[in-house]
Amino acid sequence: MAAAGSGVIKTAWDGDHWLLAALGRWDLAGAEHLDMALTRLKPERKPGQVLLDLSGLSGMDTAGALVLDRLIERLRAEGETVAVVGATPAQCTLLRDVRRAVVRHPEVTTPHRPFHDLLERVGKGAFSLAEDAFQLLSFFGLVFITIARVARDPRRFRWTAFFFHLEQVGLNALPIIGLLTFLIGVVLAYQSADQLRRFGAEIFVVNLLGIGILRELGVLITSIIVAGRSGSAFTAQIGTMKVNQEVDAMQVLGLDPIEMLVLPRLAALFVALPLVSFYADVVGLFGGAVMSYGTLDITLGQFLRQLQVAVSPTTMLVGLIKAPVFAMVISLVGCFEGLNVTGSAESVGKLTTRSVVESIFLVIVLDALFSILFSYLKI
Amino acid sequence: MSLGNSEGGSPMGDNVAPVIQVRGLVTRFGRQTVHDGVDLDVRRGEVLGVVGGSGTGKSVLLKEIIGLLRPTAGRVEVLGTNMWTADSAARRNIQSRWGVLFQDGALFSSMTVAENVMVALKEHTDLEDCLIQELARIKISMVGLPPDSCSKYPSQLSGGMRKRAGLARALALDPEILFLDEPTAGLDPIGAAAFDTLIGTLQRSLGLTVVMVTHDLDSLYAICDRIAVLVDRKMKVGTIDMLLADTHPWIHDYFHGPRGRAVVKS
Repeated sequence: MAAAGSGVIKTAWDGDHWLLAALGRWDLAGAEHLDMALTRLKPERKPGQVLLDLSGLSGMDTAGALVLDRLIERLRAEGETVAVVGATPAQCTLLRDVRRAVVRHPEVTTPHRPFHDLLERVGKGAFSLAEDAFQLLSFFGLVFITIARVARDPRRFRWTAFFFHLEQVGLNALPIIGLLTFLIGVVLAYQSADQLRRFGAEIFVVNLLGIGILRELGVLITSIIVAGRSGSAFTAQIGTMKVNQEVDAMQVLGLDPIEMLVLPRLAALFVALPLVSFYADVVGLFGGAVMSYGTLDITLGQFLRQLQVAVSPTTMLVGLIKAPVFAMVISLVGCFEGLNVTGSAESVGKLTTRSVVESIFLVIVLDALFSILFSYLKI
Repeated sequence: MSLGNSEGGSPMGDNVAPVIQVRGLVTRFGRQTVHDGVDLDVRRGEVLGVVGGSGTGKSVLLKEIIGLLRPTAGRVEVLGTNMWTADSAARRNIQSRWGVLFQDGALFSSMTVAENVMVALKEHTDLEDCLIQELARIKISMVGLPPDSCSKYPSQLSGGMRKRAGLARALALDPEILFLDEPTAGLDPIGAAAFDTLIGTLQRSLGLTVVMVTHDLDSLYAICDRIAVLVDRKMKVGTIDMLLADTHPWIHDYFHGPRGRAVVKS
């Protein structure tokens, strides 16, 4: 703080003895400055003994002691005999502690091998990916065994939890999903109208909207929002219970966590996602219809008539059939990552992120697989 | 107890004035009054233990002293500075002169132990990196952690080691005041005794003033010079002998209960 009191060192000769007097405060604030001054310190001729006088010190902290220790060690390494005089008992203890700490914690440098490290990371990554996939698969298996057990004894199913989650993932998701799909209908109609107008084929906007939203976008957008909204919530809820040892408590009480936590969530999403997807289809088409009326003067009547020509119930079913599958993937991944949480709160956050990324990834991959399957089946 | 700490000549002249001064502190949460006129002086170089039943606001008091929680009324001065009225430079100055050990260490989970200790050094000083690293290693060694723990993450440490690492971080800047929140809670008796000894040793060699909130009667007997008891929303301060003679029912039960007697006997 006060520069006036900061540490200095004074040198003098007393016959054969080289006297070093430490004065002022030797602390963290002045350590850098002192350390530089001390590394330049050298006796002009070979002294018989170096006397380090600490009686002029007005204060010393660990940093000051370290700097002093470095000086003493350097002088000793250069073959001098160093004696410390005038230190208070507290300063002696501090110096001794620092000396011990330096000896006990020698500087360790780990060799840096870039290529080796890269290879190691890639290998570890590949192995952990395989292991994760395997564990997810065994979790799926475990859940299906539990489903089979509960199906034989339906009273075990937790209806209260089921309806609670149904409200959470279904009903409460309607506003946000409605808004987003409405906007996507609007954007899709606007962009395609712009292109199709050049061919005078404005009316085909309806075909594009019908097929695009009913087959793909409705269910895909819904699934992605639900994965971000409910999949993450599943992981966070179960993960927090894991941190609080609630899951352990369940097991000790003879309650099956899969039955208690996973099944109600899985069932709720399984029921809710197709319904919400249907709602998203309707709202998306409505958004498209509004925009078609606004930019292309296609009335609602014309829109509906053209929609009937363009799409059949199969088109919508092809879209909605995917919803239960996506629902299973989202809820299973969400619950699986939740149960993977270990002790710390940090891992809740990490695994929640992972659950969202994994479920969105799987939803899109499965969607692509469905496309291939449907084109193979010529639907 | 004070070792005639050689920092006596500091310009503030605060070897006479108390290091921490609490006057007329009132804390209310809604309608619940936790503190009602708490006064406390902490002297330089002493170890003060703060005790009290659950819910008497020990940790709340600690938070108010270290400026994490604003008291409803009253004045708290640390090293002559009122944390709630001082400007940010004065606050930073005080913050670099104290160290706080939270209950479970509160280490930054994304950093290694060594990085945790270096945070404050990097923030508050402009020392060279190699000096900072050496200082961090010394602090980690001083609290009795093995060398390989420097590069470990908090999640890889046991509860006792996390506390030691937290202590190393609290000591990083060579503070004048050290605040400890239940330092021995959750440690086994041997670990707790070792931690007490460690705090005593560090307190003497670094000339620290220590304020510790604790439930541990052994710690009180082992290292505390004075004890502050929170009862009836007020504070009673005294040495162990004074409190042993106190007639307040809670204080009497605390020191003369089965556990209190067991410590006296040993």
